[in-house]
Amino acid sequence: MLKDITLGQYYPVDSILHKLDPRTKLFGTMVFIISLFIANDIWAYVIATVFLAAAIKLSNVPLKFMVRGLKAIVFLLLISVSFNLFLTPGTAVVSLGFLKITKEGIIVAGFMGIRLIYLVVGSSIMTLTTTPNQLTDGLEKSLDFLNRFRVPVHEVSMMMSIALRFIPILVEETDKIMKAQMARGADFETGNLIQKAKNMIPLLVPLFISAFRRATDLAMAMEARCYRGGEGRTKMKPLKYGNQDRVTYLIYFLYLAIIIGLRILRVQSF
Amino acid sequence: MVIKAEHINYIYGKGTAFEQHALKDVNLEIESGEFVGLIGHTGSGKSTLIQHLNGLLRATDGKLYYNGRNIYEEGYDMRALRSHVGLVFQYPEHQLFEIDVFTDVCFGPKNQGLNKEAAAKRAKEALTMVGLDESYYKRSPFELSGGQKRRVAIAGVLAMNPDVLILDEPTAGLDPKGRDEILDQIKRLHEERNMTIILVSHSMEDVARYVDRILVMNQGEKVFDDTPKEVFQHYKELEAMGLAAPEITYVVQTLKSHGVPIDTSITTIEEARDEIIRLLGK
Repeated sequence: MLKDITLGQYYPVDSILHKLDPRTKLFGTMVFIISLFIANDIWAYVIATVFLAAAIKLSNVPLKFMVRGLKAIVFLLLISVSFNLFLTPGTAVVSLGFLKITKEGIIVAGFMGIRLIYLVVGSSIMTLTTTPNQLTDGLEKSLDFLNRFRVPVHEVSMMMSIALRFIPILVEETDKIMKAQMARGADFETGNLIQKAKNMIPLLVPLFISAFRRATDLAMAMEARCYRGGEGRTKMKPLKYGNQDRVTYLIYFLYLAIIIGLRILRVQSF
Repeated sequence: MVIKAEHINYIYGKGTAFEQHALKDVNLEIESGEFVGLIGHTGSGKSTLIQHLNGLLRATDGKLYYNGRNIYEEGYDMRALRSHVGLVFQYPEHQLFEIDVFTDVCFGPKNQGLNKEAAAKRAKEALTMVGLDESYYKRSPFELSGGQKRRVAIAGVLAMNPDVLILDEPTAGLDPKGRDEILDQIKRLHEERNMTIILVSHSMEDVARYVDRILVMNQGEKVFDDTPKEVFQHYKELEAMGLAAPEITYVVQTLKSHGVPIDTSITTIEEARDEIIRLLGK
């Protein structure tokens, strides 16, 4: 029922990507996102596609699983694509009354759609191949320098890792409560919007109560183990870059250089 | 028979790394008015199985009949099925949400389409059945004790007036007194209203004392389906599945192995007492 949420979900298989240092993957995702915004040329997109396809292949995660994450943004995708499609000025291809589809519109909308899809798929590769704990470890280490500006990096990343850890728990809990209420005749599917919102009360009240209960329990358990924040805290498995990480970074720079190069070439050719 | 399952298979997360074959070719028949115990180790598929019985989960493969009708048939009314087959989940107190006990118990009957008066009447009956009097009606369900909350939640399902009642570990986390009270009330429902009851439990003592028939699940398969006396004869196999027979089974089996001519099909302390007195009297 609620198994479609792939965001923040780890997919436990063995692959080269799973073994990489989380910082490498974080950086790679960033590079990929930046590259998508630099790319403005069909060739750049071809290269981005190859890069993404290679990452998917190497991750050993079934494509089906990544595409599922797209369901969450279908609405956003439709809006941004149709806005670009209808509202970009230029030479009209089809016109329906006051609406007209322009040649420029089709190109912009197409790139926009691809960009959004790649953004989601690209970042889900990271979350699917990295456990939430590794991810926050990586973030904490990468943002270490912010400590000097009195930003509580450790605390923020601890909160993040707890939040991420709680996603599957709460999904499971929601599923359970939903079933329990359905067994009592509750209906979550039919009715208009207001009716549907009202029908959510038997789900949301127990869910909030259980979230608070879990939060108190967790706080208690952390205190019982003497958690006092990040100061002076050491790690059992400190992050360390290996050879494969170095190679990966090299690939990133190569990739980014090509994308930037293509953009410069394109600008010059105009 | 009320419920009949034919070759039920269920696979979680089919086609992903999380794939799990939770039920393997399960066949079972439950007659009207039976009191059945369902036991199995954690992860043996018993919770998955009971969610099939009221249509919350749909079998990947297989057929399920309720009163002779296939529930996977096109157009079968699942909501109606759910009011005939009441399911009390584990820790049912986690599903309470209303401002007071009475309104919460009314939720089920109202969903069945009853008007306010009829729902109130059902709620009253159900709360009386679980032993909660009028002084509780206007209290918030969240300020009650664990055992009371659980009784309110069970009343919430009883108020729907089901023909079959399935309870998933109704005594988990309760103290011995709360446990006995709840089990005795379930027993009374069975006797007085002739309700068909399926009790999922870890406790062999509870199961041996109350049920007429035991189903044992192991790794998604039904391994035993017989009277408690017969099932507990296989106590060695039960142990291998991470289960155990009631303590008393071990006592009589040990006596037997020491040459005492005791009847080994004994499952409760009372029976053992009588048998030992009989043997001593000889």
